Amino acid sequence: MRPTSIAIRHWVFAFILSLIAGFSTAVHADEAIFQGGIENLLAKSFNDKTQGAQQIAESGDDRAEQILKALLDRQLFSTKSDKTLVFFDKDTDATQAKQVVSGEILPVTDVKSLQRIRTNNKMRGVIKRLIANIQLSNPDPVKRLAAVKEIMGKVTSDQIDAVKTLSESEPNAEVKREMETLVQLSELQSSDEDVVKAAIIGLKGNMNQQVRPKLEDLLTSESAEIAASAKTTLEAINKKVTWYGHLETLFFGLSLGSVLVLAAIGLAITFGVMGVINMAHGELIMIGAYTTYTIQHYIMPNYPGVSLILSIPAAFVVAGLVGIIIEKTVIRHLYGRPLETLLATFGISLILQQAVRSIFSPLNRSVETPEWMSGSIQINEVLSLTLNRLYVIAFCLVVFAALFIVLKKTSLGLQVRAVSQNRGMARAMGVKASKVDAMTFGLGAGIAGIAGVALSQLTNVGPNLGQSYIIDSFMVVVFGGVGNLWGTLISGFSLGIANKFMEPYAGAVLAKILVLVFIILFIQKRPRGLFPQKGRAADS
Amino acid sequence: MFRMLRGDYGGQILIALVVLACAIVPYLNLYVPPSSPFHLSTFTVTLLGKYLTYALLALSVDLVWGYLGILSLGHGAFFALGGYAMGMYLMHQIGDRGVYGNPDLPDFMVFLNWDQIPWFWQGFDMFWFAMIMVMFVPGVLAYVFGWLAFRSRVTGVYLSIITQALTYALLLAFFRNEMGFGGNNGLTDFKDILGFNLQSDETRIGLFVASGIALILGYLSCRAIVASRLGRVAVAIRDSEDRVRFIGYRVDKVKLAIFTFSAVLAGIAGALYVPQVGIINPGEFSPLNSIELVVWVAVGGRGTLYGAALGAILVNYAKTYLTGALPEVWLFALGGLFVFVTLYMPKGIVGLMRRRQKEIGA
Repeated sequence: MRPTSIAIRHWVFAFILSLIAGFSTAVHADEAIFQGGIENLLAKSFNDKTQGAQQIAESGDDRAEQILKALLDRQLFSTKSDKTLVFFDKDTDATQAKQVVSGEILPVTDVKSLQRIRTNNKMRGVIKRLIANIQLSNPDPVKRLAAVKEIMGKVTSDQIDAVKTLSESEPNAEVKREMETLVQLSELQSSDEDVVKAAIIGLKGNMNQQVRPKLEDLLTSESAEIAASAKTTLEAINKKVTWYGHLETLFFGLSLGSVLVLAAIGLAITFGVMGVINMAHGELIMIGAYTTYTIQHYIMPNYPGVSLILSIPAAFVVAGLVGIIIEKTVIRHLYGRPLETLLATFGISLILQQAVRSIFSPLNRSVETPEWMSGSIQINEVLSLTLNRLYVIAFCLVVFAALFIVLKKTSLGLQVRAVSQNRGMARAMGVKASKVDAMTFGLGAGIAGIAGVALSQLTNVGPNLGQSYIIDSFMVVVFGGVGNLWGTLISGFSLGIANKFMEPYAGAVLAKILVLVFIILFIQKRPRGLFPQKGRAADS
Repeated sequence: MFRMLRGDYGGQILIALVVLACAIVPYLNLYVPPSSPFHLSTFTVTLLGKYLTYALLALSVDLVWGYLGILSLGHGAFFALGGYAMGMYLMHQIGDRGVYGNPDLPDFMVFLNWDQIPWFWQGFDMFWFAMIMVMFVPGVLAYVFGWLAFRSRVTGVYLSIITQALTYALLLAFFRNEMGFGGNNGLTDFKDILGFNLQSDETRIGLFVASGIALILGYLSCRAIVASRLGRVAVAIRDSEDRVRFIGYRVDKVKLAIFTFSAVLAGIAGALYVPQVGIINPGEFSPLNSIELVVWVAVGGRGTLYGAALGAILVNYAKTYLTGALPEVWLFALGGLFVFVTLYMPKGIVGLMRRRQKEIGA
């Protein structure tokens, strides 16, 4: 977030606060302490100022949080003429300042008439904790949670007592747990062995980042009992953390796998069902990605979310049409000659790449991610799932399901399967084989285009986008077994997961090499992939 | 030897042309003064030498594709491996003339803070050892790969795709610095070969002639294989693998022998290529290169040997010209060529010429 927008929010917030302050008559704050704090803030020495900040916080005044925040954001000034504190933010409005105590608006003609209240690092640390303390009693649970996290590990003993009392009346479970962790962590340092032991037991299974180092410190404790207890607790926590680490790797693997499946599934149709080796498949993905870019950048630049959703059908149509043109002009003449098809489609891929370079530029383009797709879901301290990966997994499954239904439940699907199994027989039954070929190829190409929409959210869109996926796509299809959609799905996910699980040990590149070598060896054992086609269609 | 070429007019012409080039090019470069319009610059000589190595590479592809029916999309890997073996010898020859002046370690190893030369670099300071490795490394890789693939009867498209996976895996592997082959930058900055300065005109001419001789010998050996019983079985396998197997031939052994020989040939081409262009990097492993060289063969005419050599030279000449004059157009042209050749010239340029001959004869 940009600093100005913080400042705007800040002013809005300040405005609302001042309204509330204006209407509320029951000011139970200790006015004297507050005034003393204000005085101290105007002093020269940092010690006095720190004390002033503490006093303001203690006073319980409604303005305290705002003042401390302004101090932290370097937006608290004093007028040179009569030494009153004012809020002033020259980024949003350089013509006026607001008095802290009275709330009056002062016109500012010359910036030099104001003097910033300076802070140093130590003081800023104190202020942050003070703000956190104030926020601990904020009605918004999100703010309370952030506040607990802020002071975690940096608390004084009197704060601990305050938190302890607060935690008992805390309604939100998550905040309550954090508060308890905070208390238990500080109790670990207690001189009373029983308190320490109780705290260790209380911390069982707690994956907070600060818990493990503190428990590790206790391993060398003088009391053997405490050391042993800390050890068991620590081991249990570590086990849990490793388990969630594996879950996270699995999630990464699933998301990589769904990318692979998306990229390969169009190929599974053109290669698997039709037997056409389409080396231009990667470029059809690229076309889908560029369609997304065009729609988002030229047609509706201000609506990244809507344009992304519109891109899905658009990419399907554009890539599908390109696919049909390729089929009608080139592939049609090469049926039954797979190696020649491979060369010709490779030529097409070069032409499409260069066309994109000439039209859009050889540089990578970035496609904006809509807001509802960025961010992540925090499951617990060590596991968080990024939303765009989740969306890709879901999208992959939806596309797969849709394709599956098209192939199994529609008349087009029936004809496609008939032609792929026995061309002559299908024609004898009245299926227009050449039309079905074009439609099938168009379907595969369109799916590739849809994959491009998804990929545009994960990587940069460039002329080489397709090339980097074509080999992987072929591997997925061949590994899964040609002509088998389920095989493609399973092989994509298993290759993705295998890749991600090897990465920590072997590194990203070596993991990929190992997967390739594995597939080369696997093909020797099972030349028709994981799930070979059975029956008559298998001979051809 | 000449009996073998009887009736092979294309081969006769190819050999005659290469012999002629090996005689005329040195003369035009070394003895015709630069002011004369007939003078050939050293740059052109190097370029021609490069084309000859490409022709040898195309020959090796045609041997397996045209006569055995194996469309290898990984022959660039054998070429690059031969090139790397040669490059390792040349790196040793730099000695202490590198940027860091380390007499034992190539520059990139000094840069990576290695303190001694890895075991697989041992022996490459000897020319004969490096030359054996030029043939041995691609040969062994092809043998192991082929032994696995042919024994389990991986054929057709599947074989093409796993050869592509092979070269892709090698590409990724050679990009890694830890592999000890210079990573991304590869091997370069060569100074001399067998004590001759690589920059001098005489050395360039020597390399050109060596490439010419290698091409002729390569052609003759391929022709010998094709004309032999082994070659006939190979053609039979290409046309109907199962029948040959049922007759009682060991199809996998025939394939393995020819595939390995072809890889060795590609390795030699790579070894001659590297000193002329002065660099070898992982880019040579890129699957695109391997597919491109299949197109040279297709353009020239598959299953003729001399057509492959012709296609390699023609396509590369066009590439040099177009990437220089109209860089934007090159990929369009190459892509269009792929499509055009497969659709309308299934037998390549040689096929067109033969048809013309028949028409005239009839």
